[in-house]
Amino acid sequence: MKTNLIAASDICTYHDVEYTFINSLGEAGLVQLKVVKKNAFIPETDLQKLEKMIRMHQELDINVEGIEAIIHLLDRVEQMQEEMRVLRNRVG
Amino acid sequence: MAFIDYYKILGVDKKASDKDIKNAYRKLARKYHPDLNPNDAEAHKKFQELNEANEVLSDPDKRIKYDKYGENWQHGAEYEQARQQQQGRQQPGGFGGGFGGGQAGGFEDLGGDGFSDFFQSMFGGGGGSRSGRQSKYRGQDLNAEFKLSLKEAYETHKQTLTVNGKNIRITIPGGVENGQNIKIAGHGGPGKNGGPAGDLFITFLIADDPRFKRIGSDLYATTKLDIYTAVLGGEVTIEALDSKVKIKVKPETQNGTKVKLKGKGMPVYKKENQFGDLYVTYEVQVPTNLTDKQKKLFEELRDEVAPSSP
Repeated sequence: MKTNLIAASDICTYHDVEYTFINSLGEAGLVQLKVVKKNAFIPETDLQKLEKMIRMHQELDINVEGIEAIIHLLDRVEQMQEEMRVLRNRVG
Repeated sequence: MAFIDYYKILGVDKKASDKDIKNAYRKLARKYHPDLNPNDAEAHKKFQELNEANEVLSDPDKRIKYDKYGENWQHGAEYEQARQQQQGRQQPGGFGGGFGGGQAGGFEDLGGDGFSDFFQSMFGGGGGSRSGRQSKYRGQDLNAEFKLSLKEAYETHKQTLTVNGKNIRITIPGGVENGQNIKIAGHGGPGKNGGPAGDLFITFLIADDPRFKRIGSDLYATTKLDIYTAVLGGEVTIEALDSKVKIKVKPETQNGTKVKLKGKGMPVYKKENQFGDLYVTYEVQVPTNLTDKQKKLFEELRDEVAPSSP
C-alpha cells in the first residue's frame, strides 16, 4: 500500500515547532521519520498522532519523556475503553 | 444568568501574579486537556472553562475590566454610560468592547467558539484582542455508534447520519465488522481560535443474527434435516444471507455433518467480489409422535439392520 509522506520541514513551519522536537519523537519511536535524499518525512498515517504530541508540548509544556509516558497510558486507556465497549455490547 | 468566578476556576487568589495564573492554568490544563481525556465530555467542558478563565486573567486589559466590575458586571453598561456622560461625550470610553447589557449565562451556554455567554457579553466575542500568539485548539474528536443488522452489513449501502445537526452521507462498505471504526475527518467538534475541527469516529455495532454465527468473513449455520433425507439422500434448501440455495444431501448423512457453501459468506471488507464461505451443519431430526404402524416399520427396520439387538 502506498503511503503519502509529509516533509518534516512543512510540519515545523505550520505548527511553529523546532525540528529537534520532531526528531526526538522519532528517536523515541513515537513517530516514524523517513529520510529521503537527506530530507526527513513523516508518513501521513502518523500525522494525527504527531499533531497530538505537538499540542501536548506547546499547550501543556510536556517534554518528550512525558509525552512518551502519556502516549503509552493513552493507548492502554483506549484499549480498555474498547474492551469495555465490546463487553457492554455482549452483555446488552 | 450567572457571574463566572474565573479565579475560582483556576484555583487562585485575586492577588495572584501572572506567573501564578500561568502555573495554575498549566497544571489544570494538563489534567483536563482533551488529548489526555479521550471521549470525556466533562473534561472537555472543564477545559473550555479553564481556557476562558485563562483568556481573561492572563490578559492585563481583560483582567482589569473583570476585576473592576466583578459581580456587578450586569450593571457595567449603565455605569459606563453614566461615566461617559459625566466626562462629556468627546471622551472615548475606557472599554471598547463594553457590556452587552443583556443575557448571560454560565458555561452551559458555550457558544460555537467555546466561550460562555458571560464572556461574550463582557468582552464581546472570542477573545481576539489578546496580544501575542493565540493557541489554536483542534476541535474535540466525536464518537458515534451505528447499529446495523447482519443483512445490512452484508450490503454496501449509503446512509445519511445526523451529527450535531449536520447531515453526513457515508458509504458503508459491505463486510464491515462488529466494533469496526471508521474516521470521518473534520466532522468532529469545531476548532478554537482558527484550529481545525476534530474528527468523527463511527463504531459499527452489528446485531447478532439468530440464524448465523460470523467469524471473519465466514458464516456458520445449522439446518434441520429430516431422518429420511439424511438416510436416503435428497435435497435441502439453505437460507444464505443473500439468497436461498438448494443443495444435494448425500445418502447416509450423519448428524453433525458440515458442508461448505463456497462464496456464500460475508463479503470481504473493501475487496470487490471476494466473499467468505457459509458452513452449514446438519441437525438430523428424529421423528416424534409415531403411530403404531410407523413404530412397527422402525422395528422391522431395526430387525433388518441389527437382528441380534433386543
